[in-house]
Amino acid sequence: MMLGHRADLPFDRDQSTRFLPWIVALMVFLGALMFAGAMVVSDTIDSWDSTLTGRMTVQVPKDSATDAATGTLVTLLSATPGVTAVRPVPANEARALLVPWLGEEVLDSGLPIPALIDVELAAGARLDASLLTARLSQSVPGTTVDDHRVWLSALINLGRAIEILAFIILGLIASSAIVAVIFTTRSGLAVHAAIIELLHQMGAHDTYIAGQFQIQAMKLSLRGGIAGTAAAAIVLLAFAWVGRGIDAAFLPPVTLTIAEWITLLIVPAGAVAIAMFTARVTVMRALTRMP
Amino acid sequence: MLRFENVGMRYGIGPEILRDISFSLPPGSFHFLTGSSGAGKTTLLKLMYLALRPTRGLVHLFDKDISLTPRDDLPALRRRIGVVFQDFRLIDHLTAVENVALPLRVNGGRHAEIDSHVRELLSWVGLGDRLDARPSTLSGGQQQRIAIARAVINRPRLLLADEPTGNVDDHIAVRLMHLFEELNRAGTTVVIATHNHALIEEFGHPVLQLDNGELAVRRNIQAPAVSPGTGKT
Repeated sequence: MMLGHRADLPFDRDQSTRFLPWIVALMVFLGALMFAGAMVVSDTIDSWDSTLTGRMTVQVPKDSATDAATGTLVTLLSATPGVTAVRPVPANEARALLVPWLGEEVLDSGLPIPALIDVELAAGARLDASLLTARLSQSVPGTTVDDHRVWLSALINLGRAIEILAFIILGLIASSAIVAVIFTTRSGLAVHAAIIELLHQMGAHDTYIAGQFQIQAMKLSLRGGIAGTAAAAIVLLAFAWVGRGIDAAFLPPVTLTIAEWITLLIVPAGAVAIAMFTARVTVMRALTRMP
Repeated sequence: MLRFENVGMRYGIGPEILRDISFSLPPGSFHFLTGSSGAGKTTLLKLMYLALRPTRGLVHLFDKDISLTPRDDLPALRRRIGVVFQDFRLIDHLTAVENVALPLRVNGGRHAEIDSHVRELLSWVGLGDRLDARPSTLSGGQQQRIAIARAVINRPRLLLADEPTGNVDDHIAVRLMHLFEELNRAGTTVVIATHNHALIEEFGHPVLQLDNGELAVRRNIQAPAVSPGTGKT
């Protein structure tokens, strides 16, 4: 005979609790995918940001791209305040950058590839691309300056918007989980009203009764949380496996680091914490109506 | 111990179930509570074990004015009250031992102490061989004895029993009454609600008589323990 290991309330006979693990599993699954997506987008933005911020690329039309013209441009650029390094991009390197986009055949067909000069700027330095273009074209006609900030900032804004959207959806999923737990707990309060009244009469504090609902909510949500996380992990690993075969520079890598996998556990842990807290608050509020 | 002053009770906007109830029970007293069906016995008991708050009047319990007692302090008072319900209110999924142990668990008792204490009491009420039985497998009389054991396991200062002998044979009823008297001798104040006039006559304790929501206090054979308040004697 073991005393004290059985809950006073027979939750296993409560039909409404049977759905909670499934609801939590679905929400954790969606939430984990959202969270992983947000982390991938964040990684990609950071990568673009660190690679391209503080850089400009000068393009010299193939016809004007003599060594003398390139040398003139390098001299002009080096003398420009805010520029810390200037590097003419070798032709084979420029070609390598274009291969994923145009393919070998198109490049071999005599496509005029402009010469590129990579310009590094000092931290915080901002140069007006149009003014610089005007100044450089006076020396080498047709020269243009590509300021990555223009398209990068639009892309970063889009990425941040996607991140915010992902977190809003996570918030909505959490809200739905809260509603599901509230309904399940209220149903449990109604089903077990007689026993709750009995415990109350025996002098049970509200926290004693709420604790039993809390433990039940923990068990159910933990079950759902583990299932939902496992399902999300399978989907993410499948994406990573499929994505491994795609060699596309424009697609972010659909993989998570070890730290991110660990961070992902916030979703099921959060679901369990939300379920426990919601159950407790719901029961405590309901019990205050008792004398 | 327990004092009611001009207590009135109504449910919602319905008629008053209890009107101008005034009485006091000294510590260590033993009373029967009787009255016809619908007279308000169960409501009066609920007021006594703090399951209801009166709509008017004052209830003093253990020297505290209940209307002024913070809600958080009420569990401590309830733990000093044992209640035997007419419908037993045993928890079906718990065994006899677990049901009886419930007040001790609620009170934060240690498992080992609870276990031995509960087994001893269940043996005393004649259920030593049914410790692990679920209530649904026991007879009405056995369930009643578990309900009584659960009510007294905490050695309450006030014991309230609603028809505690309603489902048992006469000899068991007498034995249970002796248990209540033994608790009473140990200092527990006892109120037994019953229709069993033979039992009331046999044990001779003072009677609280409810009629149409009004209380009359009737001395039985020996009746020094009751202060009548506004009740009629």
